[in-house]
Parts: sequence; C-alpha cells; structure tokens
Amino acid sequence: MKERSKPFMLSFTNDKPIYAQIVDLVELRIVTGVYQPQSKLPSVRDLAMEMGVNPNTMQRALATLETEGFVKSERTSGRFVTDDAALISEKRESLTREKTQDFVQSMRHYGCNDAEIVATVQHFLND
Amino acid sequence: MALLEFKNLSKTYVKDRGQALNNVSFAIEPGKIVGLLGPNGSGKTTLLKLTCGLLVPTSGEVLFNGKAPGAESRAAIALLPDKSYLADWMRVEQILDFFADFFPDFDKARASQLLRELNIDPKQRFKTLSKGNQEKVQLIVVMSRRAQLYLLDEPIGGVDPAARDFIISTILTNYSENSTVMIATHLISDIETILDEVIVINQGNIALQDSVDGIRENRGQSVDQMFREVFSHVSQAA
Repeated sequence: MKERSKPFMLSFTNDKPIYAQIVDLVELRIVTGVYQPQSKLPSVRDLAMEMGVNPNTMQRALATLETEGFVKSERTSGRFVTDDAALISEKRESLTREKTQDFVQSMRHYGCNDAEIVATVQHFLND
Repeated sequence: MALLEFKNLSKTYVKDRGQALNNVSFAIEPGKIVGLLGPNGSGKTTLLKLTCGLLVPTSGEVLFNGKAPGAESRAAIALLPDKSYLADWMRVEQILDFFADFFPDFDKARASQLLRELNIDPKQRFKTLSKGNQEKVQLIVVMSRRAQLYLLDEPIGGVDPAARDFIISTILTNYSENSTVMIATHLISDIETILDEVIVINQGNIALQDSVDGIRENRGQSVDQMFREVFSHVSQAA
C-alpha cells in the first residue's frame, strides 16, 4: 500500500463555504507560483487528503476553478494550471489591491494620516 | 437509488416512556460522508443500530439497497459501535484474524499497514493497550472492511488531536466513491470539513438535513455554530 501523506489540517473560517475557501487557497498558490502555469495539479483525492476535506468538496472547488479558467481539465491526464498569464496577473492584482485596501483601512482605523501610513510602509520597505 | 432509506421509522424501548425515534424519514445517497449530529440521548445510536438490524423498529422501515436489514445488509455494512465488543483477552493479530473469518470483505493487509503506522504491536493483548489505542484498533478493523456503508458511532470520543487527525485521514483514505460513511457525533467542529451532508437529530426527530456548504451559504455560519444556536434555542424552549 502507498504510504499516506499526513493531512495538513487547514483552519477554515466559519463564515464561508469550505469549497470557496479552497478556491481562494488554490488561486493563491497559482498566483504565488507554488503551482506553476501548465503544471499538473495533484489528484482530487490527494488534495482532499492534504487539506483534510471531503473529496466531493474538493471536486466542487476544482470545478469552480475550471469555470473561472484557473484550471484546465484534460480528459485522460488530469488537471493542469492555466497558461493564461493575463488571468494570473489579473488575479494577483486584485489580491494585492484587496490586501492594500484592508491595510489602509486598518491604519486609518488606528488613527494614522496618509503621511504616517506612507512613512510606516517606507520604514518596512527599507528593512 | 438511495443507498439507505428510512421510512416513517419509530422506535420505542419501553411502552409509555416516549419514543427514541419518532416517525423519521430520510434517504442517503452512495458516495457521501454524512454527519449524524445531535446531543446526547437524541437517538443517534438507536438509528445506527436499527440500520444494521441490531434493533427492530417499533413501526416504519429501514431499507438498505431497497431491502430490509438481513444477511445481505450485514455483509455490506461495517459498524463501529459506541462501546467495544471485542474480546479484550485477544491479541491484536487475533482480532484481525477474527475479522477476516467473519467478513469476506476484510482487507487484512491494509489493517496491518495501519497498525504499523501507529506503532501498535500486533502481539499485544487488546486490554493492555491504552484507551486511545483501543479506539484506534477498533476503527482500523472497521475501516479495513470493503463495505458499502460504514456506520461510526462517536469515533473521536476519547482521542487526542493527533489521533483525531489519524482517524480523519483513515476515513478519507479508506472511503471510496461507492461507499458511504455515516458518523454519529456531537463533536462537530472536529469533523465538519470532511462531511458532505449533515443530519441533525433532536429528541428522536430530524431537525435538519442539508449539505455543509449549503448551511454555510444560507446561514453564513459553520455547522458547529448552527448546531450550538439550534440547541441553545431548544433548551430555552424546553
């Protein structure tokens, strides 16, 4: 028997469907290059094991990723990451915008003005 | 066709003492991992025992592949009971032989492999194992059957988090697309991510049947949160 990979129990949040959180995670892995363009994705079963989720939930997440164009299905050989560089960079941009927006909102919430925000960012960029 | 179907199923243990199950009807499809959730005494164990024919319904029926429980269903259903029924003087390897004798679908090689992964010595007697390891041995022998339906009654009751991960991965690895797993538990947050569907049972009645992501989508909360909310409401009303 094949040695089993130990599942890495991800912590999912409570407010969102599990399949949607898997979609986010796989997109992040594509954007950050953990899954390279055109590379083959692990099987549904292996991904389900790794994330500690139901294989049907994983199937649904992958189907969603296919609809969105991040993943392509080859009839016999499995699923592959898209080679659509524009789609990947678009996703990357929307993720970075979202993060930056969150950051700016938090900083304003803490009472920082624009100059202070820029100075803080500058400080860490110089680190 | 549904793998398992309950039709107007009721069970009364003692006359005039109320019903353990009250006119329960629902169906379960093949290839699903289903959580049977409910507080203590809600009827979970009764439902599992009726499913495998250990109890006889007071009224209504249980249908497994369209038939009432019998020799055929017993050969295809693997039950992990809430209490151990294994002879505790047996060595672990004898327990494996015992299962191999009883069930033609028992995969002894797989069971041995799982024992090795947990460093459980097959020569050890069952009663000398720690409580956690006893629970794991019981789960291993049940999940090493090639059954159509696995019924697990509180499989994560008394184990530590590492053992919980082992149990979850054992369930995920050993279940196949053609088999269904029904897990009775009140420890929902531990197993929520591996479930397709939940059936919430309360005082012998089905309170809810929905998919995990359906609950999350419709209610914007996890199954665990939903469960706490539903049952705090019930206890206030009572």
